[in-house]
Amino acid sequence: MLDATSPAHRLPAAPGVGYKAQHFTDLRADPGPVKWLEIHAENYMGDGGRPHAQLRALRPDFAMSVHGVGLSIGGQDPLDAGHLARLKTLVDWLEPASFSEHLAWSTHGAEFLDDLLPLPYTEATFACVADHIDQVQDVLGRQMLLENPSSYLAFEQSTMSETEFLSALVRRTGCGLLLDVNNVFISATNLGYTPRGYLDAYPLTSVGEIHVGGHAEDADDHGAPLLIDSHGSATADPVWALLDHALAGIGPAPVLVEWDNDVPDWPTLRAEAERAALTLSAHVSG
Amino acid sequence: MTKLHSQFRAALLDPEAPTPTGLRDGQGRPAAKRFDVYRNNVTVALIEALRTAFPVLHKLLGTQNFDQLARLFVRAHPPETPLMMHYGGAMPAFLEGFAPLSHIAYLPDVSRLELALRRSYHAADAPAFDPARLGVVTTDVLMASTLTLAPAVELVRSPWPLVEIWRYNTAKGADKPRSVPQSALITRTEFDPVPHALDAAQVAWITQIRAGATLAAAQDAASAHDPDFDLTPLLSLLIQTNAIADLTTPKE
Repeated sequence: MLDATSPAHRLPAAPGVGYKAQHFTDLRADPGPVKWLEIHAENYMGDGGRPHAQLRALRPDFAMSVHGVGLSIGGQDPLDAGHLARLKTLVDWLEPASFSEHLAWSTHGAEFLDDLLPLPYTEATFACVADHIDQVQDVLGRQMLLENPSSYLAFEQSTMSETEFLSALVRRTGCGLLLDVNNVFISATNLGYTPRGYLDAYPLTSVGEIHVGGHAEDADDHGAPLLIDSHGSATADPVWALLDHALAGIGPAPVLVEWDNDVPDWPTLRAEAERAALTLSAHVSG
Repeated sequence: MTKLHSQFRAALLDPEAPTPTGLRDGQGRPAAKRFDVYRNNVTVALIEALRTAFPVLHKLLGTQNFDQLARLFVRAHPPETPLMMHYGGAMPAFLEGFAPLSHIAYLPDVSRLELALRRSYHAADAPAFDPARLGVVTTDVLMASTLTLAPAVELVRSPWPLVEIWRYNTAKGADKPRSVPQSALITRTEFDPVPHALDAAQVAWITQIRAGATLAAAQDAASAHDPDFDLTPLLSLLIQTNAIADLTTPKE
């Protein structure tokens, strides 16, 4: 039932960008190397109007990736059945090549906290997250990709590393992974390990999509560097280098440029996609 | 996990609350300041969502005052669903009970108008309606008929010059609001909702039509406010802005 191999359910191994409504005209006139677009699911859960009209117009020319930010897959509460149904409605009419969500939680009781909050990695949280992924894949009738979070702190009670947790989820649920190399770089810096060491332990063969994006720099309680996942600037050089390293292990893959805050004009975002294309071009399969 | 979630929730929107226990940096040291990243992310994201939702309220109050209001609002009314496009539904009632701004009595209605504009923006597209259908029936049949308005049509009643206040703060060179009551009828010709000022008789007519009354009953309700009520300007507006979705004539 999980249609992981159908070409219709696979993004092209090319650059994509996070779609912003203000780029609609410029993007269509001059897409550059951009072959696919990622939308935040929740922004398209209205009943009609311009958001839906734009997607209908873009669909013939760009593969689509639906990226959820509101399911709270990493939470302990049962998934919101109403929200899952809205997601199914969107996925059914848009027929995207990919659906992805985050290893994070955002809902507490009846409140949505509008951020991707962290969870400890334990047997108990694993069972909960795995059940949630099973439920999402059952309802949507397709494989989903799960994204690694950006971490600012660790939990005393964790008994597994993040890569062990993700690997076990892949084995148990058959889900794929969305590898955010910016998040890897942020978490590694913030928690004091090497990004390449993380990738060495990460199940690269399950990657269906890669994210790059910008981060900001701050300092923690002890004056050590603390990187913030801001999505508000160009991707940093070390993150591009990490992308190159990841592609060497994965082969050509869909690479998304995320830029969600202080969104730049189209030529600036397109230039980031061109850099992704250049990085990808070194890994074309022979 | 339950305890952890509750500790996170309590501390996220309240800088005075203790940070959750068991948080560490990479070297196993306590990481209280690192938790502030989440506090900051949540508060900034929600305030930003309110600025997007209420641009005229933001302009009327200025960024400093608006952000103070927003900070209190997000603590009292965090979102109830991940559909941030509809966040802020509690703002009119919140403003009505907010003493520091009670001297600007039209603010709640401004927030009502901005919420209605967003509902209209995201409302379902109307099926195509041919206005010629209104002209091919006899006047008797038409007056016994009902109209279905497009899903994007919204009505916001107000004793304030609501539409002129909105226009003065969104359009360059708009005239200063006059001291007249103006309810707002929102229509969406294609994708962009626009508020139009209605007088009391027009509000009565629209209210009847939206409740499923016949055109005759709507005409009576409007005439009760204005014996000389003329439907023509309102009907032209509805036709020109694709606000009519269907005409249902009485069964033979």
